[in-house]
Amino acid sequence: MPIETTLLGFAVAGTFVLYALLGGADFGGGVWDLLARGPRKAEQRALIAHAIGPVWEVNHVWLIVGLVLLFSGFPRAFAALSVALHVPLTLLVLGIVFRGTAFTFRAYDTRGDAVERRWGVVFSVASVVAPLLLGMSVGAVASDAIRMQGHAVVSGFFASWLSPFALSVGVLTLGLFAFLAAVYLTHEARTPELAEDFRRRALVTGGLLFPLALAALLLSREGAPRVWTGLLQTPFALALHVGTAVAAVAAFALLWTRRFRAARVAAATQGGLIVLGWAVSQAPYLVYPHLTLQSAAAQPGVQRLLLVALGVGLVTVVPSLVLLFRVFGPRGQVPQAPEVPRT
Amino acid sequence: MTDLLYARAQMGLSLAFHIVFAAAGVALPVLMVLSDLKHRRTGDADYRKLSEKLAKGTAILFAVGAVSGTVLSFELGLLWPEFMGRYGEVIGLPFSLEGVAFFTEAIFLGIYLYGRERVSPGLHLFSGVMVAVSGAASAFFVTLVNTFMNNPSGFTPTPTGPTDVQPLVAMFSPGWQYQTAHVLLSCYQASAFAMAGIHAFILLKHPGAGFHKKALSIALPLACVTALAQPLVGDLSAKHVAREQPVKLAAMEAHFDTEAGAPLRVGGWPDVETRTVSGSIDLPKGLSILAFADPDAEVKGLNAFPRDVWPPVAKVHMAFQVMVGTGSLMALLALATLWRRWRGREWPHGKGMMRAWLWSGPLGLVALEAGWLVTEWGRQPWIVRDVMRTGEAVTPVPHLAAPFFTFTAVYLFLGVTVLFVLWRQVAGTLPGSKTPGAPADGEVAHAH
Repeated sequence: MPIETTLLGFAVAGTFVLYALLGGADFGGGVWDLLARGPRKAEQRALIAHAIGPVWEVNHVWLIVGLVLLFSGFPRAFAALSVALHVPLTLLVLGIVFRGTAFTFRAYDTRGDAVERRWGVVFSVASVVAPLLLGMSVGAVASDAIRMQGHAVVSGFFASWLSPFALSVGVLTLGLFAFLAAVYLTHEARTPELAEDFRRRALVTGGLLFPLALAALLLSREGAPRVWTGLLQTPFALALHVGTAVAAVAAFALLWTRRFRAARVAAATQGGLIVLGWAVSQAPYLVYPHLTLQSAAAQPGVQRLLLVALGVGLVTVVPSLVLLFRVFGPRGQVPQAPEVPRT
Repeated sequence: MTDLLYARAQMGLSLAFHIVFAAAGVALPVLMVLSDLKHRRTGDADYRKLSEKLAKGTAILFAVGAVSGTVLSFELGLLWPEFMGRYGEVIGLPFSLEGVAFFTEAIFLGIYLYGRERVSPGLHLFSGVMVAVSGAASAFFVTLVNTFMNNPSGFTPTPTGPTDVQPLVAMFSPGWQYQTAHVLLSCYQASAFAMAGIHAFILLKHPGAGFHKKALSIALPLACVTALAQPLVGDLSAKHVAREQPVKLAAMEAHFDTEAGAPLRVGGWPDVETRTVSGSIDLPKGLSILAFADPDAEVKGLNAFPRDVWPPVAKVHMAFQVMVGTGSLMALLALATLWRRWRGREWPHGKGMMRAWLWSGPLGLVALEAGWLVTEWGRQPWIVRDVMRTGEAVTPVPHLAAPFFTFTAVYLFLGVTVLFVLWRQVAGTLPGSKTPGAPADGEVAHAH
């Protein structure tokens, strides 16, 4: 496979990893908003809103970048997936719309009344539904359930993403996002009690991830044979498993011993390796067994220009991102941080 | 309705909705930075308050713009997979660069909105400028995609799809300068007129309210300059359409017969069956002069083209009339305002002027939507002109009525909500208001 195609393939996978780690954690924040309880219910929600506020739109852009890379770099795959996954992607988009707008309306139209509570509910419900649909779509892609004849999708609009395997990937995605959010929030919390709340949540969801991943793996034997063999038999995938396991154990131990800053890194590594593991297990296929990276790829000249654009983007975006996370990262936090400029 | 029509209606609705927020996302940061600068120069706290209000407005509109833009990027595939499958690689470059611009916009907006107390004043202002620049850049890149659809270049069409793809050539398809300038100006114009309209409305109710006079002094210069520049750019754009897309021009002007010294038709209702126009005011040789700068130039009529490549003539003509009509009204108002400004040495605040600006508030948006309809309807039946028909691009997924009605309902709901939330922001600045929503105006939620 030409080096450009490989690089673009990695770029697509990379944006998905980043979207899962950053945008996914924002969804997870919405899950914890929905599940907020106990004596510090209000503080939990305030922490979530505070942590997501300045960054959620930026985190969301990774999804757009992934989409754009997919349709410019691998247009045929984008077209096929858009047809096969029309229904879940439409629902996913609705979830994204409601989550983003509800969060903004709540943040900028605060009154502490029923209207605000209702926006909160919309935000958190959308945050649960969207990751499920995203995961189910990923599950459909990973399985061999999307069938094509020539350029036409012939496998229907429901079966591929409603399979047990796709459902298990949906639940796993939701669990992963909730886990990431809980771990990140332990480090964002400004009081030890609040950090404890999210530490407990992180330990429970982290523990749940193991059976969820195992279920998805077992279901893949029937539902996604390519992933099954990819996950079990290629040497690279085995290395990824070892890496994921090490990161998972480390995240657990660090949470246990309350080293939250390091736990964040370990959890992010674990999450990133899970997404990467999926990408690697189905490579070089984009739609198994019909479209590979190479067969769906744009012409070589286009690929080279896209890589140049990607380089321009990295040079522009990375320093700006570093600045953003410096300003708003936990280290940059001042107590009683002013949110939006007060009037 | 057929599924193709539902798909077109859904795409059209999504774009019509998104454009309003995209335009605000381009222009409001400029107004916000301008008032910030004025605050720094004069030390007047009202300008700071104004820039904060504009920042909140930007945040709300940008968020809705970002999610509706996400919907659009999915819909490109969900509704038009054949188009994206074939031409995604040809026009991916401007989309990718737009993604970069979107990124910097979101990053610096986060810093600007939440960072006033955390970063140095210089960096804060720089962030505002970056938001404004990124907004303009992203509108620029996305308009390049539309230019490509109108005047495709940079590839060789074959029955199986494009070959010899040259993305840089495709990115700058013929006419890109006119279309991008026209679109960018319209964003600034529409937002400045809307802002002027809001403050004129309040000044009518509370004459002399200092804050709103100052707000007007930020909005009016931008509104006047853009309203006067737009007809000139529009004319260049129309001349380009006349040369490159004669059938679109013929539909815009409801011009059926090819003739030399063609008249300009103002208003009127075209009848496609009889191929005539009723009720229009015809200015002799006007079209030939406007389109080709020559009173005796020959202008091709719709009859010179096969019936099956005609755009929907009545719609295109009406939308064009609306755009030109509202554009002219805005230019006239700008002239009158500048005249008064020149005579009176300050921006006029009289009742008559304020009424005029109040009623002109929505005109920029009307013109923006109408102009966009002209270019989109005017390109039909093609999705990529002369290369791919819209009907060939549509998804094979059935029952497209369902997503269409769903998104219609969602957008209606969001539109009403945004108006409501924005109104509450404005209401907080009314003389004597105790900032309704008192717990902490504009602060992030602390409880539910």
